[in-house]
Amino acid sequence: MPPTNDDPDKAQRFREAALPHLDDVYTLARYLLRDASDAEDAVQECYLRALKHFDSYRGPAMKPWLFAILRNVCNAEYARRAHRPSAIEDTPGANEQTPIWQESEASPETEVLRSRDAGAIRRLIDALAEPFREAFVLREINNLSYREIAEAVGAPIGTVMSRLARARTLLRAAWTAEEEQAK
Amino acid sequence: MTCDEARILLHALLDNELDAGHAREVEAHIASCPDCAAELAAQREMQRVLANTSLGYSAPASLRTRIEASLPQLQRQQPTRRSVLRGFAMGSAVSALAATGIVAIVLRQDDQQRILSEVVSAHLRSLQAGHLTDVISTDQHTVKPWFNGKLDVAPPVIDLTAQGFTLVGGRLDYIDARAIGAVVYKRRQHVINLFVAQTASTEHRPPKTQTMQGFNCRRWGERGLNFWAVSDIGADELAEFVDKFETAMKANVEG
Repeated sequence: MPPTNDDPDKAQRFREAALPHLDDVYTLARYLLRDASDAEDAVQECYLRALKHFDSYRGPAMKPWLFAILRNVCNAEYARRAHRPSAIEDTPGANEQTPIWQESEASPETEVLRSRDAGAIRRLIDALAEPFREAFVLREINNLSYREIAEAVGAPIGTVMSRLARARTLLRAAWTAEEEQAK
Repeated sequence: MTCDEARILLHALLDNELDAGHAREVEAHIASCPDCAAELAAQREMQRVLANTSLGYSAPASLRTRIEASLPQLQRQQPTRRSVLRGFAMGSAVSALAATGIVAIVLRQDDQQRILSEVVSAHLRSLQAGHLTDVISTDQHTVKPWFNGKLDVAPPVIDLTAQGFTLVGGRLDYIDARAIGAVVYKRRQHVINLFVAQTASTEHRPPKTQTMQGFNCRRWGERGLNFWAVSDIGADELAEFVDKFETAMKANVEG
């Protein structure tokens, strides 16, 4: 009898391998979609697709594999949101080519950042453009290595590195700018 | 190196992602460029603040329940005799634990595979909240004595923090229906379980990596002990861990 989705043994292996990563997958979905209920739907769809393709899963690591599936689900969600087309598409255009150290001139580099509550930092991250937000969240919050990020987003490591550099530069500029305003 | 290059590479330096050669180049540039040095300090400071803030989200319980409900349930089905036997034939870890005596006969030729699957299951159990360590310490002189009297072996506990693998503690676990020691390390946020069990054979068995359910497992034998290192880190990083562990263990024995 060929294995199907109803194979309880397979379901058990899938449960043990994939469910421990649920919080991580949900976190990425929240940052990619910036909406709690869309994120829930995307995560559920991600797990359904992952179970369907679990037979063909050969590694290397479960987390980047789940993230890659989640990205595909989110891409479909973005396509559905007609008012925000292709926001998750990689656009290696003007944004990514700009020399990255122009922004930092605006911010005094000696200034020490004040600790902020998680909500304020999440809003700053949410304001980052794709694909910088994605690279940042995968590294800083989901704790993936550069190689795992490259695998999850299907981009070369060099691209991951420059997106991450730009994401952090932008984030710090926005952070210090807010602190300036608060004074 | 130009400032533009350094402004990208300093992030890889912060993340410990550069090889020694590139790291030296970036450090040399930063030593001679006050602007880039200030940027590195600023980014390090931001990374510190971020690391101290909890930015992840927890999946709502309702979502977990919805996903659980959409998976075929093991418990819901009344197992028929046939499906129980099929479970044995497939060497399922669940059945193996339920009826070790019978499985030992059915699956003798498949011993290694079964033990591997038990090791991976033990690793997965350890990742559930609160199951990782029985003794929490980064000090090898606390973790090692903790095992005394709990096992028939003294698992080597070696601090590899300086080599990039942080010792976080130890745990008792059960593999092949026997209590064995698990020494727990972390690489970034990745958990590495090092399982140690006694074996009759004292010959050296060279390390071998296998993959199961997306986890890498590197197994070797040394001085009457069997070792299994299990983690979701890449095979090359796990091999690096085993190399460093073996080197440190040799140094301990000879020193």
